[in-house]
Amino acid sequence: MSELRETKGEKFFNIIEKNAVSILFLIICAVGIAFSGYSLGYLGQEIITRVARNSFLIISLLIPIMAGMGLNFGMTLGAMAGQIGLIFISDWGIAGIPGMVLAMIISTPISALLGWLCGKILNMAKGREMVTSYIIGFFINGIYQLIVLYGMGPVIPIKDPALVLPRGYGIRNTVNLIGIRRALDDVLAIRVFGLSVPLMTFIVIALLCLFMVWFKKSKLGQDMRAVGQDMEVARAAGIRVEHTRIVSIVISTILAGYGMIIYLQNMGTLNTYNSHMQIGMFSIAALLVGGASVNRASIGNVFLGVTLFHLMFIVSPMAGKNLIGQAQLGEFFRVFVSYGVITLALVLYEIRKRRSRTRAGRLLAQDQLDAIKEEQ
Amino acid sequence: MTKIRKFMKSFGWPRIIIGLFLLSLFIIAPFVGVNLGTSLSDTLIRFGMNSVLVLAMVPMIHSGCGLNFGLPLGIIAGLLGGTLSIQFGFTGGLSFLMAIILATPFGLLFGWGYGSLLNRVKGGEMMIATYVGFSSVAFMCMMWLILPYNHPTMIWGYAGSGLRTTISTEGFYLHTLNNFLQIQIGEKLIIPTGMILFFALMAFLVWAFLHTKTGTAMTAVGSNPVFARASGINIDRTRTLSVMMSTWLGAIGILVYQQSFGFIQLYMGPFYMALPAVSAILIGGASVNKASITNVVIGTLFFQGILTMTPSVMNSIIHTDMSEVIRIVVSNGMILYALTRKSEVSR
Amino acid sequence: MKSSGAPLLEMRNISKDFYGNQVLADINFAIQPGEILGLVGENGAGKTTLVKILFGMEEIHQTGGYGGEVFLNGKRVRYTTPFDALADGIGMVHQEFSLLPDFTASENILLNREPKNRTLVSEVFGDRLDRIDRKEMRERSQRAIAKLGVDLDGEMLVSEMPVGYKQFTEIARELSKDEIKLLVLDEPTAVLTEREADILLSAMRNLAAEGIAIIFISHRLQEVIDVCDTVMVMRDGVIVQNVPSTDLTIHEVAKWMVGREVGQKIVDRNFSYEEKPVILSLKNLWVDMPGETVKDVSLDIYKGEILGIGGLAGQGKLGIPNGAMGLFPAGGEVIFEGETIPLNQPRQFLNAGMAFVSEDRRGVGLLLDEPLDWNIAFTAMQIQDKYLKKLLGGLISWRNEKEIEAVARKYIEALDIKCTGTKQITKELSGGNQQKICLGKAFAVEPKLLFVSEPTRGIDIGAKSLVLDTIRHYNEELGVTIVMISSELEELRSVCDRIAIITNGKVAGILPPKTDAAHFGVLMVGGSPLEEERRDERD
Repeated sequence: MSELRETKGEKFFNIIEKNAVSILFLIICAVGIAFSGYSLGYLGQEIITRVARNSFLIISLLIPIMAGMGLNFGMTLGAMAGQIGLIFISDWGIAGIPGMVLAMIISTPISALLGWLCGKILNMAKGREMVTSYIIGFFINGIYQLIVLYGMGPVIPIKDPALVLPRGYGIRNTVNLIGIRRALDDVLAIRVFGLSVPLMTFIVIALLCLFMVWFKKSKLGQDMRAVGQDMEVARAAGIRVEHTRIVSIVISTILAGYGMIIYLQNMGTLNTYNSHMQIGMFSIAALLVGGASVNRASIGNVFLGVTLFHLMFIVSPMAGKNLIGQAQLGEFFRVFVSYGVITLALVLYEIRKRRSRTRAGRLLAQDQLDAIKEEQ
Repeated sequence: MTKIRKFMKSFGWPRIIIGLFLLSLFIIAPFVGVNLGTSLSDTLIRFGMNSVLVLAMVPMIHSGCGLNFGLPLGIIAGLLGGTLSIQFGFTGGLSFLMAIILATPFGLLFGWGYGSLLNRVKGGEMMIATYVGFSSVAFMCMMWLILPYNHPTMIWGYAGSGLRTTISTEGFYLHTLNNFLQIQIGEKLIIPTGMILFFALMAFLVWAFLHTKTGTAMTAVGSNPVFARASGINIDRTRTLSVMMSTWLGAIGILVYQQSFGFIQLYMGPFYMALPAVSAILIGGASVNKASITNVVIGTLFFQGILTMTPSVMNSIIHTDMSEVIRIVVSNGMILYALTRKSEVSR
Repeated sequence: MKSSGAPLLEMRNISKDFYGNQVLADINFAIQPGEILGLVGENGAGKTTLVKILFGMEEIHQTGGYGGEVFLNGKRVRYTTPFDALADGIGMVHQEFSLLPDFTASENILLNREPKNRTLVSEVFGDRLDRIDRKEMRERSQRAIAKLGVDLDGEMLVSEMPVGYKQFTEIARELSKDEIKLLVLDEPTAVLTEREADILLSAMRNLAAEGIAIIFISHRLQEVIDVCDTVMVMRDGVIVQNVPSTDLTIHEVAKWMVGREVGQKIVDRNFSYEEKPVILSLKNLWVDMPGETVKDVSLDIYKGEILGIGGLAGQGKLGIPNGAMGLFPAGGEVIFEGETIPLNQPRQFLNAGMAFVSEDRRGVGLLLDEPLDWNIAFTAMQIQDKYLKKLLGGLISWRNEKEIEAVARKYIEALDIKCTGTKQITKELSGGNQQKICLGKAFAVEPKLLFVSEPTRGIDIGAKSLVLDTIRHYNEELGVTIVMISSELEELRSVCDRIAIITNGKVAGILPPKTDAAHFGVLMVGGSPLEEERRDERD
């Protein structure tokens, strides 16, 4: 059988479609910037801050994609573990970098346990990992609330009254993370062209990127890529498929926990019952905007995505105000775009998967046509 | 006897646990000072409010489209029907009827589009349905601001435009069904006959549909799509029809909900409304590709029963309202259970 | 054959039954280092089971193990998993590729056997965090490719390879194992072009020269005779011939493969084709059915006949009915009673008055989770509006449960279906009874032409003859034209008026059932059509 011939139009369409999400976003951002009236300096500063704040979280999504488990909606589990770590260090009054490190240390076993549980469940739901991990996020959120809203106080001692709800138990809706606010960002903060750059945070992110590159070259990384492509072939070669999948989720969850701590040290306040639920959606949307798909994502996608996505996020309320006179409209618009982009990416992924299945038929038809032409 | 055993087997342990839990709540209730009559009427009213929304799961499950996580889309059709009915100045019982009539074209249209989309993503329906629901809610958030509604009870007073977040149904269709043929037994026990009758009517329509030629085809498509195709059934068309039915039922369901609840909740209101309905039907014994009217009735009763009883009973025992947490854990745990069952993965 | 002495592999008195159904009996053979053994036989002759026993596949142990003994280098072995066999130097290349598309050839060749370097991290966290040594990996895979003697770039992605290269990659994977002594190749040339096949055959000779023994399973008899030292023919679970390949002819081997001269029952009627109209005509049909691709089939089917379609598995015979009905993407022309039937629309096929009993009973043929009366009545209800009550002046078509039950009862009786009642869930029935339900479903439509695909696959002998008799009677009493597709040539010869053999997606020839079995065999293995024997009624 020969190569499938495609017309130039089809090829062009394929390229457009492969990058549809990113292209769409470039257009939205361009229009948004024009109408928002923000200065480039302002936008640049905002983008730097947000790239530093979010990149670590988004990178944590890469490993499950490599292992063929799709977008890890269960990253909220790691976020919860990170938040629990932060609540403890706030209570103990440990500030600065030591506080952050301690929070990470506390979050690690919790993340690992939750990740292991999530991986186990996902192994029981092969082929529908995404919707399952999404529901696991909700389920564990219930347990999280049980612990944080009811357990903290009576069962788990919390001394600091600033953390505890007036009723005497449970953590307040917002926790001021004064001790570790910008703890990482302010180490080695430098100014470049009048923009402040949290150099240390970027160094940490760079280290994580290096880790990802190194990980891809390790035996485990190779196994994950193999499992991601075809579980049966990997199994026949003696790779422990289930175990590998669980490990990928565990690593992702632990990284998400660290990412959440870095995110929150920049924000400075913790929305005890909301932060983790939103962060999953925003991280996934940002990754998809960067051109990643359900089965393929790279570090490049992360940075492009986080930049474009947050650019849209920053400009849309102002653009909405200037265009229609309502800032709220812009706010709704950006929520719509976040969800819409995930929808679009999921739909395109499924359609592409189906199209590759019809390839063989198109090849046969082509061969027949060729044969008929030759006869003539 | 074998029928009972079969029923028990298909009932499954999670339902038995939930059923026993609910039963124990009802037994404990009088001892901790919770009035049984009030609890029962609350359960019945909540059953009436939610049952049509749960029923909206049935057609899509039957045709193999999976759990209808895209329920918010149907709800939006209902919201459009409700707000338009008020906008056009209908009041009282007529406004409810008009809301249904006005919601219908939207429900069918949205359902058609949604169904056509789901046909292109077979195998990945549930995740995409979830996000179709979310995106459409977010999209409508913008629309509620822009659409030229101007009925004074619905728009923001200070801005003079844009719909309010919550709109009271008082004076329009508040309790239209609740009050119809309502039966009061003693002081506390109220049976919302009208609402239950309305659900019965809807359930009958679905039941009857499943007994027609097209309904039979729908069941076959869900049971084994390849078989259905080999019998000359147009799978895509059947699936689209089921999605349209589900979406329309979602629209009707939210109107029934509002007439009892008393408010139309716009903007992010419909956002998480799919999950309770999904878990209710699963608690009732449905699986990802099999569901019946019985599942709807049992599931809604169980689920709403727990929602009603846990706050009051728990509050009386440990003086803590943990009902929200219990709701989250039970409902999502139930969905997880259904998603991970082996038998349901292989069709 | 090079060295004598203790054979590399010897199998003694191997026997195997699946729940009383004897599939292998009294298998004895040996293979020397550097020997190439050609293993040929029809589908179902027992080749696959033999290989599975050699590798200790799970399936064998789950069904009660096997009888007899296996010796490797004179030492008795009994593998419990394929990994044990691999560790002892026995490699296997499967018919379907088990390659990862987004990996390079060298990554696939050394999958899960990558050369690794320890690092500081892996000292702490265990050897899964070892670093893969890419350079060493390239070299080792290149060495394996060199052994094969083909020109293949180790850094090429599998998804970008032509089919032949994929096959080479698979073989190189086995060769990269240093301890490899015996290689089992299952139909390696089936997907190759002629040139690629030649390269592979010479590579096989190179390997044999290095002392690696090869078991070569193939239907391409010329290749087998050319490359093998010994040819072993299996039929019905026994070895019928095990001879040196010198001076063998395709004709001889084909005859051994299919020849069951004694005790066979050949159809005893003479269908007269004179003045019979063509009821169905297939023209240049292609079908994209995975594993059963039809490339270019033209066939005329005459009213009232029973046409058999045979051929080896994977050659495309199953694709014909599946494509004609529209279950798989197809092209070409299907003309039924003078009218062109649109393809890819099962509804049109059924409306025209044809029906199809699928070979995939559980996947296509049945609603396993529904009661059996639904299964029987469903197609007729949907296509012909049978078993329906019209309500509200025909606005609503209500299911008529009584009529559905009646028709189910009718076929339960007629086909002797063993069940507890019309409401029994279909998946609870045995294979034979499920098959009868599939037939009942097709009969309920009352078709003019019926495709029956593998009607006796996986059902016991008693049910087999009943099913075949039913099909015969249906044809004789109601004049329904039957097209029966089967892997079992004897079955076709006992029922059909003509038998078309499909090879490589095309009609290799059409022969009357009384033709010598060897001629069918030659057609099946793609030998030259025996022109003098061929009696194609179309001409």
